Amino acid sequence: MSTFDDPFDPDRVLSRSGCVCGRHRSASDHERAAAGLRCEETTSEEKRYEGVVASAVMRAVFPRDAARRAFLKSVGASTALAALSQFFPLKTATEAFAEAVPEKKDLKVGFIPITCATPIIMAAPLGFYAKHGLNVEVVKTAGWAVIRDKTINKEYDASHMLAPMPIAISLGLGAQPIPFAVPAIENINGQGITLALKHKDRRNPADWKGLKFAIPFDYSMHNYLLRYYLAEHGLDPDTDVQLRSVPPPEMVANLRADNIDGFLAPDNICQRAIYDGAGFLHILSKEIWDGHPCCSFAASREFITSSPNSFAALTRAIVDATAYAAKSENRKQIAEAIAPANYINAPVTVLEQVLTGTYADGLGGIKTDAKRVDFDPFPWQSFAVWMLTQMKRWGQIKGDVDYKAVAEQVYLATDTGKVMAEMGLTAPSTAYKSFSVMGKRFDPDKPEDYLASFKIRKAS
Amino acid sequence: MSSLRLRAAIVSALLFAVFLGTWQIATLGSGPATSMSPEYAKLMGATATQGKSAMPGPAEVGAKLWEHLKHPFYDNGPNDKGLGIQLFYSIARVGTGYLLAVLVAIPLGFLIGMSPLVSRALDPFIQILKPISPLAWMPLALYTIKDSGLSAIFVIFICSVWPMLLNTAFGVASVRKEWINVARTLEVGTVRRAFTVILPAAAPTILTGMRISIGIAWLVIVAAEMLVGGTGIGYFVWNEWNNLSITNVIIAILLIGLVGMLLDQVLARCARAVTFPE
Repeated sequence: MSTFDDPFDPDRVLSRSGCVCGRHRSASDHERAAAGLRCEETTSEEKRYEGVVASAVMRAVFPRDAARRAFLKSVGASTALAALSQFFPLKTATEAFAEAVPEKKDLKVGFIPITCATPIIMAAPLGFYAKHGLNVEVVKTAGWAVIRDKTINKEYDASHMLAPMPIAISLGLGAQPIPFAVPAIENINGQGITLALKHKDRRNPADWKGLKFAIPFDYSMHNYLLRYYLAEHGLDPDTDVQLRSVPPPEMVANLRADNIDGFLAPDNICQRAIYDGAGFLHILSKEIWDGHPCCSFAASREFITSSPNSFAALTRAIVDATAYAAKSENRKQIAEAIAPANYINAPVTVLEQVLTGTYADGLGGIKTDAKRVDFDPFPWQSFAVWMLTQMKRWGQIKGDVDYKAVAEQVYLATDTGKVMAEMGLTAPSTAYKSFSVMGKRFDPDKPEDYLASFKIRKAS
Repeated sequence: MSSLRLRAAIVSALLFAVFLGTWQIATLGSGPATSMSPEYAKLMGATATQGKSAMPGPAEVGAKLWEHLKHPFYDNGPNDKGLGIQLFYSIARVGTGYLLAVLVAIPLGFLIGMSPLVSRALDPFIQILKPISPLAWMPLALYTIKDSGLSAIFVIFICSVWPMLLNTAFGVASVRKEWINVARTLEVGTVRRAFTVILPAAAPTILTGMRISIGIAWLVIVAAEMLVGGTGIGYFVWNEWNNLSITNVIIAILLIGLVGMLLDQVLARCARAVTFPE
């Protein structure tokens, strides 16, 4: 479930732990409401910060809960706020809170031109970096290996990376082990399996023996999802089909040149193949696992320790941008902002179809799925545990691995939760959740059992 | 003579016209696709709806080229700059790498040419390093130098050093023995002999090496920039390929050829300047 789902949606599962009185969704919500300043939906950034600062001041003035409640009951929230502003400069404090001075203001952030990077990219033209006191240059990069090397070499301060990449880099898979961390997931869903038009009558994956598929990188959700999907249909992805690592931007050209039969790729690539009449959408990745993570925002531990304030400001900017992108009414504006040659460099129509979820499927039909791609920054550590099980399943990790230790080291759920709470967003109270992939439940507490339950896997 | 030149020009122009004509005919579309609802067509590109060829025609390329030529130096942020700026970056990179190669190759070539011992000793290394594709150096360079800009320059350096080195060594070694003997008889010192006798004698061969090298350097920069990204004409090609804009790719190809020809001509002029009749 997305953090930004409408809290008044009757279908919403309120599975979070809730608060002491049971009326609020979490302890932090309860506290804010208890401060008596407001219980309505947050309207703007400034309002949210104001609320956080005010509740901190209220707590300081009335260390005892009972006294605060009694005070608020007797005078009412607005009077309390007015009284408080008399002797405490709430406005100034809010501003100070919003800008802890970053050590380094001019930052470089690398990205790959796909819609997964939407929050990272749009934060530049729409001013989210500037709002958090940063001057960020977003730099387009040719492929995942190059973005990895440039981030390791400190040419970039932080980067757009595939969600499993920081784990792989931290573990030293395909590179020297260098501790990396993920403060935010970029997008959930938003990928798809696209096939060449000539395969339009070959929709059953069991018939795909011998086909050639492209994936963006070995350490990608795309690789794990495609392998999972094929294996569930009885194909061994290592022997029955050919999987090739192709940088996303080169996939459509390869599909048209008949070099590959299909790909599990990030959007806008899938939609671009349809737009150019080279392929059709077989399924959205959402149909394999609804709510799966895809790309992440990553930085090295070294950057985090050497410039903690810059990193915090970056995280805030990304979380902020992600929250903005999560709202469907903003998607058209975002599509226009990120389409020019300086950013994604793609036709606006294509980006709009991806972001709004009303799209041509390549076979003559128009489909609508508002959650085709969604944005949720919270780095669930259970996501990392699942990726580790798949890395082990396909032989990328050999030997034993301490799932939770790695997940907790790389995915900064606690810190991001804190940032989200500071910004007045609801952060989940736990870093692990279970989910199901193609109808099969995954329990993050039992990764070994989960791994053992798969028949098709690389013999270790 | 002049009539031959005229006739050649006419044949060139005719060939070009035939080429453009064939191009135009080959890229004519197959007509709009039928049985497509208008809502669906709105979501699709012209290739799918109009049956338009994926290859642009010559008119389209010409219009786009004019657009680029009108604003060669625009700057819309780090990932979108005008063609003039991109070419400038590429030429600067090639120039730096090439200059470094000249500084290394010519003195070393002299040494190899003048001393049979050094020549024999270094031969196996040169023979092994020479045929390596410059792009094969790229991952190694990125990993050790840890800077993509410097890596690109290193790749230019490593690929343009060999032709110059070998040509210099060959030119120096094959200076006429009589000239050196005359210099010896006149008791000219080693350093003076190198500069006043050997250098002018070997200059045409050295410049031929330099001319081969600049060609290779220009070939390599495009590939290197496609890999490293950021700036340069190679990056431009890659960026437009991402957007499947074949029009822009064709324009870039044209310009790459033009600049390559200019660089070659500059060195050819220099070579003519140092050639002497025997």
